[in-house]
Amino acid sequence: MDKNVVLDVKNLHVHYVTDDATAKAVNGIDFQVREGEALGLVGETGAGKTTTALSIMQLIPDPPGMIVDGEIYFEGKNVILNTDKENQAMRGNGVAMIFQDPMTALNPVMTVGDQLSEVVLNHEKVSKAEAKQRVIDLLEIVGVKSDRYDDYPHQFSGGQKQRVIIAMSLLCNPKLLIADEPTTALDVTIQAQVLDIINQLREQYKMAMVLITHDLGVVAETCDNVAIMYAGQIVEAGTVREVYLNPKHPYTRGLFDSIPKLDDDSTELIPIEGAISNAADLPTGCYFHPRCRYCQDICKTQQPTVKGDHHKFMCHFDLFSKEEEK
Amino acid sequence: MENQVLIETKRLKKYFPVPAGFLHAVDDVNLTINKGETLGIVGESGCGKSTLGRVILRLHEATSGDVLYDGMDINNFSADEMRQMRQNMQIIFQDPYASLNPRMTIGQIIEEPLKLHKIYKTAEERRARVEELMDLVGLPMRSYNQYPHEFDGGRRQRVVIARALSINPQFIVCDEPVSALDVSVQAQILNLLMDLQKKMGLTYMFISHDLSVVKHISTNIGVMYLGQLIEKASKNDIFNEPLHPYTIALLSAIPSTNVLEKSHKIILKGEITSPINPKVGCRFAARCPFATEKCTSENPEFVEAKPNHFVACHRWSEIADGTLKYNQD
Repeated sequence: MDKNVVLDVKNLHVHYVTDDATAKAVNGIDFQVREGEALGLVGETGAGKTTTALSIMQLIPDPPGMIVDGEIYFEGKNVILNTDKENQAMRGNGVAMIFQDPMTALNPVMTVGDQLSEVVLNHEKVSKAEAKQRVIDLLEIVGVKSDRYDDYPHQFSGGQKQRVIIAMSLLCNPKLLIADEPTTALDVTIQAQVLDIINQLREQYKMAMVLITHDLGVVAETCDNVAIMYAGQIVEAGTVREVYLNPKHPYTRGLFDSIPKLDDDSTELIPIEGAISNAADLPTGCYFHPRCRYCQDICKTQQPTVKGDHHKFMCHFDLFSKEEEK
Repeated sequence: MENQVLIETKRLKKYFPVPAGFLHAVDDVNLTINKGETLGIVGESGCGKSTLGRVILRLHEATSGDVLYDGMDINNFSADEMRQMRQNMQIIFQDPYASLNPRMTIGQIIEEPLKLHKIYKTAEERRARVEELMDLVGLPMRSYNQYPHEFDGGRRQRVVIARALSINPQFIVCDEPVSALDVSVQAQILNLLMDLQKKMGLTYMFISHDLSVVKHISTNIGVMYLGQLIEKASKNDIFNEPLHPYTIALLSAIPSTNVLEKSHKIILKGEITSPINPKVGCRFAARCPFATEKCTSENPEFVEAKPNHFVACHRWSEIADGTLKYNQD
C-alpha cells in the first residue's frame, strides 16, 4: 500500500437505528487522503458528510448510530477495532477535528488558556509551564494575542473563537485535520482570514485535511481533491480541477448550475427539482434518480457502479463525454 | 428617464438603548428604491441590515428620520392607517422553520392574512384565492391540509412566500430568504422570487450576506458597515468599479469556484468594531489601509460620486482614478 496514505476509508456503511426506522446515513464510501493533501467533502444537508467525519473520529453516537460495514485505516491501523483507550490517544493527537459552531465548541466556564493547556497535558508528559508556553505560541500563530490567555470564551468574537479552536486542534501536531464547516458561521472577510491561516498551517506542518463544506468556492480555494456526496454515497471524486472543469455526474452538474456565478450574470439558475431523499426511505436504483433530468428505466432499478480511473463517478451513463472531446 | 420611486428613507436612524449607551443599528441611512426593482443590501452580521428592513416596514419605530412610501411619510401614520398600509408591504424571514405556526395547516396559514384584512367576504372566495396562490408558488393542492412539519425548508419557504403575496403587496422585504436552504433548493426559490417579480411588478428589498445571490437578483446594491450605508450603485458598478475600500475587500473575499483563475484575496486586518457609541470619523477607518487623520476625525458624507453611484469615503476620488490600490502581495 502507498506509504503516504494517512487515511484510507473502505466501503464505509453507517446506519442510525431506531425502533421505527433505520436511517442509512452513509452507504459504502471509499476515499483516501495522503500526507499533506486536502480533500473537500461536499454535499447538501443530509448527505452524510458529518457522519463520515464522526466515524473517522470514532465519535458516532451509539445508540442509535452504528458502523455496520467497512474499514477506516488511519496510518495503516483500522480504527474501528480500536479500544476506547486507543481512540482517546488518537483523537487530538493523530487526528483532530474542528467543529462547525465555534460558539458551542468551547467550555464557557473555563478560560481559553486552561482548556488549551489541558489538551497538551492530557496527551503529553510536559510541565504546566511548558504547556502554557506551547499554547501561547500557537495562539500567536493563529493571530490571538497572548494577553487573552486568561479570558473566557464569551469575551471572544466568532472569528476569534474559531482561531482558538484551530489552535486547539493543532496543539499536538496532528497528522490529519478534519474540519467540519469551519467557516460557515463566519462572515466572508473573516472567513478569508481563517482559510488563510488554515492554508498556511497546513503547509507548515504538512498536515492532511478533510474539509467538509457545502460551499464549492471554499473547496476550490483550499483543496487538492474533492468528493461530492449525495445520500450517503460519493457520486463523483477527483482533483478539484477535473471535477470543476468537467463534472461528470448529473448531480454535480446540477450543483454548479444552481449557484449564481459572480463573473457571469446572464445565466439563469437551473435548480435541481425536488429535495434530497429521506435516509430512512431511500429510492431503489440510483439514489439520485427521482431528481435526475436524464433518468432512464435502468436508473430506477439498478444501482450504478463506480466508473473512471482517477476521476471517478457513479452513473450508468457517461453523459458528458462528448463535451470533453471538444 | 426618471423611474418612479416607491420607497425613500431620509436620514433614517435606529438606536437601541443598551447599558453602555446606544447601539447605532441604523445610522443616517438615505436610500431610494424604484418601483419594480430590487435593492440588494449586503453586509456582515451585526451591520444593521435586518434592522434597516424592519424600520422601513415600521416593525421597529425609527429613532429619527423619515420613511416615505409612495411619497407618504409612514412614521406619522396612526395605528389604523398603518394597518391599511401593511397590505402593501410584507416581509419574508430567514428561517422558514420558525416563521410558520406548527399547529396550523398550510391552507390556514396562507388564508390568515386574507381574514385579518377582510379582503374576501365568503370562505369560498378565500379558499379559491388560497388555491390560486398555492398554484402560483408551486405547491401541490394536496398540501392544503398538511402541516408545516411535513415540509422541507424549500417548500416551507414557498408557503411563507404565498402568505406574503396573499394580500397583493407591492413591496416585500426579503430578509435572508435563502440562507437556510441548500444550494439546489436555493436556486428554486430565487427563480420563483424573480418570476413573481416579473409577473406582478413587485418591488423587493433583498437582504443577504451572500454576495453572489445578491448580484443575481438585484438591480441596485447597497453595502452596509456598522449601521451605515457606505456605498450604493447599480450591481454592475458595485462589482466592476467599487469605490469604497470595504466594498473592494468584501468582493475579493468571496470564495470563487473558478479554478482556472486564482483571484487575489484582500485579507482585512481585525474585525468589525462595536456599534455601541461609535466614535467620530469613518467607522471602517480602524481596518482600512488607506485611513488618514481626516478619516478618524471627520465623518465622510454619503455623496453621489458618479451618476447613481453613492459612496461614503474621504478618498473615493483617489480610488476611482487608480492612485490608491490594495497591495498585490
